[in-house]
Amino acid sequence: MIEIWESGPFNTVQDLGRSGYRDIGVSASGAMDPLAVRIGNILVGNDENAAVIEVQTFPFGLRFEQRTVFAVTGADGNPHLDGLELIPWCAYMAEPGQVLQLQQPPRLARSYVSVGGGLDIPVVMGSRSTSLRGGFGGNAGRPSVKGDRIALGEDLEIAMLPATGLAVVEPAAALREVFPAPIDGVLPIRALPAGEHDLFAGDGEAFWSQTWRISSRSDRTGYRLSGEPITPTAAIEMRSHGVVPGVIQVPPGGEPIVQMSDANTAGGYPKIAGVIECDLWRLGQARIGARLKFVRSTHAEARAVEQAVARYVDDVRQTSGMVKRALKAMA
Amino acid sequence: MIATTTRHASRHASQREIVPATQSRARVSSIGARSFLLEAPGEFDLIAQRRIWALSQTVKGWTDLAENIPGMTNLLVIFKETPEDPDAVVTRLLEAWENAQSIDLNGKTIEIPVTYGGEHATDLPALCDLSGLSDREVVRIHHEATYRVFALGSAPGFGYLHGLDPRIYMPRKTVPSLKMPKGCVTIGGMQTGVAMLTGPNGWNSIGFASLQMFDPTSLTPAMMAPGDTVRFLPARIEL
Repeated sequence: MIEIWESGPFNTVQDLGRSGYRDIGVSASGAMDPLAVRIGNILVGNDENAAVIEVQTFPFGLRFEQRTVFAVTGADGNPHLDGLELIPWCAYMAEPGQVLQLQQPPRLARSYVSVGGGLDIPVVMGSRSTSLRGGFGGNAGRPSVKGDRIALGEDLEIAMLPATGLAVVEPAAALREVFPAPIDGVLPIRALPAGEHDLFAGDGEAFWSQTWRISSRSDRTGYRLSGEPITPTAAIEMRSHGVVPGVIQVPPGGEPIVQMSDANTAGGYPKIAGVIECDLWRLGQARIGARLKFVRSTHAEARAVEQAVARYVDDVRQTSGMVKRALKAMA
Repeated sequence: MIATTTRHASRHASQREIVPATQSRARVSSIGARSFLLEAPGEFDLIAQRRIWALSQTVKGWTDLAENIPGMTNLLVIFKETPEDPDAVVTRLLEAWENAQSIDLNGKTIEIPVTYGGEHATDLPALCDLSGLSDREVVRIHHEATYRVFALGSAPGFGYLHGLDPRIYMPRKTVPSLKMPKGCVTIGGMQTGVAMLTGPNGWNSIGFASLQMFDPTSLTPAMMAPGDTVRFLPARIEL
């Protein structure tokens, strides 16, 4: 068991999402930074899709009621265990009674706490993710609150963790080549033109050339962007159609909305572009007020990025497995 | 891209509906790298939707496909991986569309009791203004029609219903209602439906239904399915 010690209003249980139910209107949900979840789960010896806690309101704390392997990945949330500073992207062992605390990260938006065995949460429609809109999944379909106790799954690898912890080079560093750093504080996000792009004529070019700011009316459902409004050359209303996270829709006001993890499954606003999936975690880690610019991409580039990420994840999986097996052999 | 006048649609509908460039060719566009949207050409009708249902059946057999989501005379397909050759995907989808035979789904009939008017019918006066009809006529026209569930989406279990009388067409709002209650009976363009969640909603509310239509713990969580027939029964009219 773990007990939530301290929490803000929007921290939820998430896994990699509830895919396969969009055709009945159910959003995929899932972590805003799925790469951090995959790496965290690999570090603690879980299946990549095990349920974790997504922390996006700080400070956050939890108390371990049993010996537990855990890792904090994603945002640099300055993790402390009983006041002792830890490094993120590293698996540690906690003893019963110890308290893990996370502070507001200086740059990024969301931290993930993964635990050995995963959070033992009922699977609803193929996933343990919280659907906040639907009010189901995760921990009773709602955010975590102080006093919540969550059971943990069985941890078969608990004895295999190195005493000093097991760390990994975080994706932003390991994949610097494929995820270019912000330029003058402006995050580059790759996207492909979508269905109604050409209806925006000159404003279509303005979409790519200007710097957008993530407005305060942004959440796990979508990011509203503020900037110089863009409008199509004619008033259009689409027949409702399926959408996916990453779609950039332009409502009549002219300020784009990027659908995120809790994206609607259908929409009717004109679509100017779609963020490539591999860049979504970077948006998921971008905070309100952050500035970004869309960079026109291609399917070929999207594939290349996906392959680089897959190689990195494979490498983490193999290396951490090797270290653990070697330690076990020596024990 | 041209806007065409559909046979029955009102003046407003012809201005607002976006229709592919030709009446004969479907249009395929992408959303991000893995998802492709095929939009049927021509009119917003059951004939086009039956072919979309057929196309949906066809693509279910594609082993490289992760999900397919039928919309209103359109289909979104999500591949497991970003395709190496997106043009080949477009060709494959268009060929499947050309070969899609019309099918009809044998749906059930769902009757939904509705309180028309009253506190939840926040947009009924505006609809009367737009249509030039009295509130009584709007309500009568809405409940006398028989609707088909074309597709589900937007919220868990939300069914997009086709069969709205063009006389009570009303475009989505420019500024959505911020907290429209779950159960509102709404009109959005040439579509109608029942709000499944309380929240922002750009459709226009004319009544309220309290029927429970989604249960996440059920083996079939959504009451409605594509192909179903829906009748609205006026349980109460408060005008």
